[in-house]
Amino acid sequence: MIQADLNVILPEILVAVFAMLALVGAVYTEKDKVAPLLVWATSGLFIALAIWIGASGQGETRVVFNGLFVDDAFSRFAKVVILLSSAAVLLMSQDYMSRRGLLRFEYPVLVALSAVGMMVMVSAGDLMTLYMGLELQSLALYVVAALRRDSVRSTEAGLKYFVLGALSSGLLLYGASLTYGYAGTTLFSGIVQTVKAGELSVGLLFGLVFLISGLAFKVSAVPFHMWTPDVYEGAPTPVTAFFATAPKVAAMGLMARLLHDAFGGAVGEWSQVIALISVLSMFLGGFAAIGQTNIKRLMAYSSIAHMGFALMGLAAGTALGVQAMLIYMTIYVTMNVGTFAFILSMERDGQPVTDIKALNMYSKKEPGRALAMLVLMFSLAGVPPLVGFFGKLYVLRAAYDAGLAWLAVAGVVASVIGAFYYLRVVFYMYFGSESDEGLDAGGSPVLLAFLMVSAFVMVAGVVNLFGIEGAAASAAATLVN
Amino acid sequence: MDNLLSIVTFLPALAALILALFLRGGDKAADRNAKWLALIATSATFLISLFILAQFDRNDIGFQMVESADWLLGLQYKMGVDGISVLFVMLTTFIMPLVIAASWNVSTRVKEYMIAFLLLETLMLGVFMALDLVLFYLFFEAGLIPMFLIIGIWGGKERIYASFKFFLYTFLGSVLMLVAMVAMASNAGTTDIPTLMLHEFSSATFSILGIPVVGGLQTMLFLAFFASFAVKMPMWPVHTWLPDAHVQAPTAGSVVLASILLKMGGYGFLRFSLPMFPVGSEVLTPLVLWMSAIAIVYTSLVALVQEDMKKLIAYSSVAHMGYVTMGIFAGNQQGIDGAIFQMLSHGFVSGALFLCVGVIYDRMHTRDIDAYGGLVNRMPAYAMIFMFFTMANVGLPGTSGFVGEFLTLVGIFQTNTWVAAVATSGVILSAAYALWLYRRVVMGDLIKESLRTIKDMTRREKLIFAPLIAMTIWLGIYPAPILDRIGPSVEALVSNYDTALAAADSATQVADNAAPAAEH
Repeated sequence: MIQADLNVILPEILVAVFAMLALVGAVYTEKDKVAPLLVWATSGLFIALAIWIGASGQGETRVVFNGLFVDDAFSRFAKVVILLSSAAVLLMSQDYMSRRGLLRFEYPVLVALSAVGMMVMVSAGDLMTLYMGLELQSLALYVVAALRRDSVRSTEAGLKYFVLGALSSGLLLYGASLTYGYAGTTLFSGIVQTVKAGELSVGLLFGLVFLISGLAFKVSAVPFHMWTPDVYEGAPTPVTAFFATAPKVAAMGLMARLLHDAFGGAVGEWSQVIALISVLSMFLGGFAAIGQTNIKRLMAYSSIAHMGFALMGLAAGTALGVQAMLIYMTIYVTMNVGTFAFILSMERDGQPVTDIKALNMYSKKEPGRALAMLVLMFSLAGVPPLVGFFGKLYVLRAAYDAGLAWLAVAGVVASVIGAFYYLRVVFYMYFGSESDEGLDAGGSPVLLAFLMVSAFVMVAGVVNLFGIEGAAASAAATLVN
Repeated sequence: MDNLLSIVTFLPALAALILALFLRGGDKAADRNAKWLALIATSATFLISLFILAQFDRNDIGFQMVESADWLLGLQYKMGVDGISVLFVMLTTFIMPLVIAASWNVSTRVKEYMIAFLLLETLMLGVFMALDLVLFYLFFEAGLIPMFLIIGIWGGKERIYASFKFFLYTFLGSVLMLVAMVAMASNAGTTDIPTLMLHEFSSATFSILGIPVVGGLQTMLFLAFFASFAVKMPMWPVHTWLPDAHVQAPTAGSVVLASILLKMGGYGFLRFSLPMFPVGSEVLTPLVLWMSAIAIVYTSLVALVQEDMKKLIAYSSVAHMGYVTMGIFAGNQQGIDGAIFQMLSHGFVSGALFLCVGVIYDRMHTRDIDAYGGLVNRMPAYAMIFMFFTMANVGLPGTSGFVGEFLTLVGIFQTNTWVAAVATSGVILSAAYALWLYRRVVMGDLIKESLRTIKDMTRREKLIFAPLIAMTIWLGIYPAPILDRIGPSVEALVSNYDTALAAADSATQVADNAAPAAEH
């Protein structure tokens, strides 16, 4: 029996064991000198696992450890996205970090540990698994945020993230205890039986709201977004890239799982809450980014706005909504990988630059890169025919079908506001005047490859979105009955 | 050829791809190659598009040369043309080679410039051929990207402001249309345009926040589409982006904007608003008609006081588009025939006028009317051509401008005499501003020192104008070939519109009769 259960969590075990072996191995050998090797090995493992998970267990749902852990199409979809984006970010970081002496062997190990946490999160079938996964992921992230130990900004970012993260964990735990108290169980499958639409007890309602608040912090949705710009700006750029991708998918997946598996009977109750934080996130992300001159802060607000859109899919409370959310997150992650590949290659005299003004007339110097960035910016703004538009189309469809027409209208209006600052990046790259010095030409070939592939995906995806539609649909179907 | 439409649509994009991948830019030779490749590609597109015209059966009121394939989210890649769209396709393919030829003097970033225009052509053609809501939206919106870059990179001094205003204005209008499209797809269960044209959307009155909405869902959908098309058209009072965009865009950009992009709004009204939301259209017709009438008079007055030639012509475009919306919402055969005709004619005439401004701008690098005067002494050929298009703009009988204006006025006179009366005064005003512009720029003595050495048009410039002159005269004295092609489709549109309105009317009457009965 235990054998079969262990088989199901084999991917998680593999990553965890790998992380621990790598830690011990590196400590006893040459420490930071093996870091590049570890980065490659970790991302190799991630990619191999992603392929394995993607190819295995077609359509079947396996619930193990007495309901603590669920392996279904939904979790597999999320895990593939998480693993692939983590691998991509790791590969992108290597050159950047080693040239600045930041590449410690702890970095890939911590990323691997946080990946384990994320994989557990999206497979959680119980409030305790939920918390375990979430904390494992968060603790690893707190440390990587402060990776640059001698930098005040970086340590400040790490500390800020930790304090606010602890607060949100507290909220989450409080919600979990209330839920447990009123439902009498921590199992999602048990909670769902006590939660009936319209007759939700006050205790459960409070539990639900606190749980949502805790998770909203992790996806950096308004009003729990305050940490995002500072942490994004302060953390080393590769770490920011990591924050912007995999953890967001995991937190969003966890939210979908909690809301549907545990509170699926009370869609009407939580849909309002999610719709509210969705609309707030979209507008705040749009307005606040207008004044930003630092591209990392800009991307922070952009991610807040994008989370608002993904939450719009979730607010629908339907299978189509979950499917839309999954597609949206996949597209979002792909765009962000490309964008951060570009940001990582922004250098002047070998020093990283994050001021948007430095992009002045970049298109003259590097037409190819500038074009790829242009594609990504328009895709982030949701302008067709780029793939970012289809993400928006899916969530709008889901929201409208669920009777949230007002949310759809608010969303598109917010996306126009958001378009402004993406256009501003294009404006600097293409419309500027050649006066002050620009960025260095060239850059690492790995970053170039990620940038180009991501931009290509944005254009070529118009044909059929590379078939993720069907996978997302079956993933959503397992979650929503 | 089964996929003729796709070939025509994507040929320019293919050329753009070749340019992007295989042409190393920078030196003079590469620039020349880029220009020639673009010219050949657009000309080839035009020649192939002649097959569309040849294959087009003028008696068939349905969609022709339809091709479709499955796409994602239950959408379809579906293309086709009918009497309403086929001539816009032809207009686009006809104008584009001229636009490329008119850009021969561009010297900065020639390769990117040509790529932008080629992509723009593909997207514009797609708009007129798409038979799926989302596919239409995709082409409609995507056109913003190259146009944004064209204005922003190759534009004038205030190009940044103009490009942002252009993009955000039209983007805001369009996203509301996107929500409406989602609503339609959700209600009708399909995004197929021919099916949707037969679908009856609910027109039962409902209330939002206590305000009753007459025409219900149809009115809401109409308004959402209206937001997009009215901005694109552009209609008063949301026209303010157009003068900025026109003034700042390079000549070729202005020509494309005036000749083709503005027509998308009118085309949208005919393709979506009238056939799909007849009740909503009827409810809001008075509003649209008065907006058109105001546009005609107000923007003509504004045009009178302009100091900048391009701005003047831009305002005159808004006025002329006022005739178009007026004709469309007259809702009868003459009105809609006239509106389509006016759009085609405006495509030739206003495009030519912007080219005229481009000719002297290239020489003097100013568009101020005051900087010119007495050009007739040095540029007789230019004076002739400019006069011809000025007259066409005024709507002189014998030019294409007259036919469209006359038909729309006939159409509107039958439905709303007051609007017709106000709009007719616009004809006088348009004569006033156009002739005054001509007098100030061309007539009189050549007293400006800087103009003493100005040269007349080159052979290349004359060649660009030749086809435009030919089309303007031909359509002016013999409009039958055009009207024959659009006639049957418009007739079907009008009769469906009337039937739908009659059906909705009787449905309301039944409901009204039932309501008192129920009270007893």
